[in-house]
Amino acid sequence: MLSKRIIPCLDVREGRTTKGVKFKNNIDIGDPVEMALLYYEAGADEIVFYDITASHEKRDIMIDVVRKVAETIFIPFSVGGGIRTLEDMRDVLLAGAEKVSVNSAAVKDPEIISKGAEAFGSQCIVLGMDVKYVGKSEKIPSGYEIVINGGRTYMGIDALKWAKDGQQLGAGEICLNSIDADGTKDGYELTLTELISSAVDIPVIASGGAGRPEHLYDVLTAGKADAALIASMVHYGTYTIAEIKSFLDERGVKVRASW
Amino acid sequence: MIGIVDYNMGNLRSVQKAFDRIGAPAKIAANIDAVAACRKLVLPGVGNFSKAVNILKSNGLFDELNRAVKIRKVPILGICLGMQLMADFSEEGGVNGFGWIKAQVSRFSFSQKNLRVPHMGWNRLLIQNDNTLFKGIDPDNFYYFVHSYYIKCANQGDVLSETDYGNTFVSAFRHENIYGCQFHPEKSHDAGLKILKNFADL
Repeated sequence: MLSKRIIPCLDVREGRTTKGVKFKNNIDIGDPVEMALLYYEAGADEIVFYDITASHEKRDIMIDVVRKVAETIFIPFSVGGGIRTLEDMRDVLLAGAEKVSVNSAAVKDPEIISKGAEAFGSQCIVLGMDVKYVGKSEKIPSGYEIVINGGRTYMGIDALKWAKDGQQLGAGEICLNSIDADGTKDGYELTLTELISSAVDIPVIASGGAGRPEHLYDVLTAGKADAALIASMVHYGTYTIAEIKSFLDERGVKVRASW
Repeated sequence: MIGIVDYNMGNLRSVQKAFDRIGAPAKIAANIDAVAACRKLVLPGVGNFSKAVNILKSNGLFDELNRAVKIRKVPILGICLGMQLMADFSEEGGVNGFGWIKAQVSRFSFSQKNLRVPHMGWNRLLIQNDNTLFKGIDPDNFYYFVHSYYIKCANQGDVLSETDYGNTFVSAFRHENIYGCQFHPEKSHDAGLKILKNFADL
């Protein structure tokens, strides 16, 4: 039986890992390659790197990080943030990442998903979605709207429709981030996660709001997610991945318990 | 020297780095001469079956790999799509593969069971034969899979392991000098590296 994945997420700016709340107040928390190695040894099932380097000219720094990570760990990892073109995707994949995630570029130009899937295979293409609850309306029937720029720009697109469109276009996976829950440590947005997970056939990674192991249990059961993204709850040593996994294992959630 | 066959179907860097890590350096073999010079081969790959066959036929590697495997009897390890290419036929594009192992490739279809396609993530092996690739492997280990098609072997004697996803499917096989695994050993932590080491030590 397939196990549920626990995925630490590292926000990287100009080659250093940072952590902020709701995309603000970022502070330096370490070297991404060293942190990837620690999480690899600690039982992470996968690692997500999110490049928040503001300047497109400094993207080579991230490619260098990806290259070093690929030499250091032997589990899958993905890279997102600032991926705009097929060339950006190619750079990241050739440097050794398993998957590349597109977010705002796909909202602006959905064809990047189909072009990426055609060029590199669907399994490489993760659709990253930043979502905010806005209330149900004629334009946003599910009540969940796609946002970009860290939640500052509303795109007028229903998240449920966008998830289905993304799958249709060839995304192999969805990384679903709730801007409302992000950084709160109050738990994942379960209603949103369940809504999207039930509507698509491709795997869904839940993101935003993890603070305690119970939150992962909830999103992997009631939320029907296939994987859970975690950040601050492990970055500051509050919990180890082994503790989270044994919590889940004891409650009947299938995880990769030994490595 | 181990050669990793490069035919533009996915990144080979992680496979090469994994062999570096276990102390069995491997080189990228991207043309007929390079493949002809290898005494052991790895056929990796992700993506579309028929596209892969087209590329291998157009660059001459298809015939050279046949020579290496059937005449020179070079040990070869297929990974993921590389494993599926070793079969007789795939539903993906409806084309023939190398036909080195009596097997067919079909797409996962779970109308009733509410399972995701692709099968993506960590799963176990039900090991049928631990003489070669799985020598010294802990049966509780997990391996990383990502695939929408799976292989069915005609001869159960060729099956090294099965994996449970909806139904069981063949996750590794061996037929003479031909080895295949559906999971990615280069992405499966120490357990996967051990399998690459076993192949390197054959």
